[in-house]
Amino acid sequence: MPSAREIRRRIKSVKNTGQITKAMEMVAASRMRRAQTQVVSARPYSDKMRSVLGHLAIISQRAGGQLHPLLEQRPIRRVGLVLITADRGLCGGMNSNIIRSATQFILDEAGAPVTVVAVGRKGRDFMVRHGRNMMAEFTGMPEHPGLIDTLPISKIIMDDYSSGGFDQVYLAYTQFVNTLMQKPVLRRLLPLEDIRESGIELPIDYIYEPNAETVLANLLPRYVEMQVYQAILESIASEQSARMVAMRNATDNANDIVNSLTLSYNKARQASITREITEVATAAGAL
Amino acid sequence: MATLNCEIVTAERIVFSGDVDMVVAPGIEGELGVLPRHAPLLTALQVGGLRIKQGREEILMAVSGGFMEVLPNKVIILADAAERAEEIDVARADEARRRAESRLAQQANEVDTARAEAALRRSLMRLKIAEQVRERQRR
Repeated sequence: MPSAREIRRRIKSVKNTGQITKAMEMVAASRMRRAQTQVVSARPYSDKMRSVLGHLAIISQRAGGQLHPLLEQRPIRRVGLVLITADRGLCGGMNSNIIRSATQFILDEAGAPVTVVAVGRKGRDFMVRHGRNMMAEFTGMPEHPGLIDTLPISKIIMDDYSSGGFDQVYLAYTQFVNTLMQKPVLRRLLPLEDIRESGIELPIDYIYEPNAETVLANLLPRYVEMQVYQAILESIASEQSARMVAMRNATDNANDIVNSLTLSYNKARQASITREITEVATAAGAL
Repeated sequence: MATLNCEIVTAERIVFSGDVDMVVAPGIEGELGVLPRHAPLLTALQVGGLRIKQGREEILMAVSGGFMEVLPNKVIILADAAERAEEIDVARADEARRRAESRLAQQANEVDTARAEAALRRSLMRLKIAEQVRERQRR
């Protein structure tokens, strides 16, 4: 059995750790609240935009025409993957989950060489370690990014897609479901997915005002920007939520350990007192 | 009578959602009214007022650019900014107008001028719509 002093030292160290995780939990909790409101309020817009563009994708396929470079469908020779992770760890399994599904996609599902655009340090480090093709990296996203902070990312993707570099672009990010649940998601960004909604009869063609080119030239880039932005917001909200939960668990565990250590400390202390008394008594008896 | 499902969203929130009888929106080519079973249409919007008729009520809104998709039974408006007339902060819009005007008076470079003009247009539109709603309430 370890000595009382040794136990006391461990109690102190575990308590310190517990204090740190508690502080991290509180920081994450306050960041989480803002990140969650931000992501939830931005959702309707990007969802609606996705359904508008989904209709458009079907129509442009039917028309068979090349209305805009971003609508072009090509044989797949090169695939782009935007991998969005956190910059920092200590947030449960979030980073490893999204990296795992991205790796699986690269190895099994893509069907063509994949080039990674890494957003977030964790994903970048992983891809560098495993020698994957990487085109660009973005680390150090602000805590509450505005659309403008994410524009360089969407610009790179669109430029490469329009110039024929990427034939498909996927987004891998962690979707925020609620504080306790985050879901890794892998979704095609370009060319547009056709999303069929039930209950809506789709028109053969639209009337465009002023004309198709102008409307699409305005709408499509904005769509890509919004989707990238939304994915990053989702990731940030997920990160902070996951970190808060992980740190809360860590704090609870630290408290448990402190409790059981205190118990053994008291036992050890009592044992040593009993021993001393016995020794004194024996010594007195011997005299 | 057939109705039209109308949804107006901005990047920040859902501004309006519901079944309506008619939507009059500031299209880039001029104002256009949408009734149920309208032909499918996709248009850019300009800065202007938006009217929604819902039974006997008419809702006034200020919109600053964006897009509108019209399907036979559904209208989706993706606005850069939109607010109901009652929500318009008149003092703030007035302040924005004065700021834009003073910047225009300074005659800086081209980009600044264009931006100030756009800001001026937005604030004037907000003021006008707020005014319309007040007039209607007086009656």
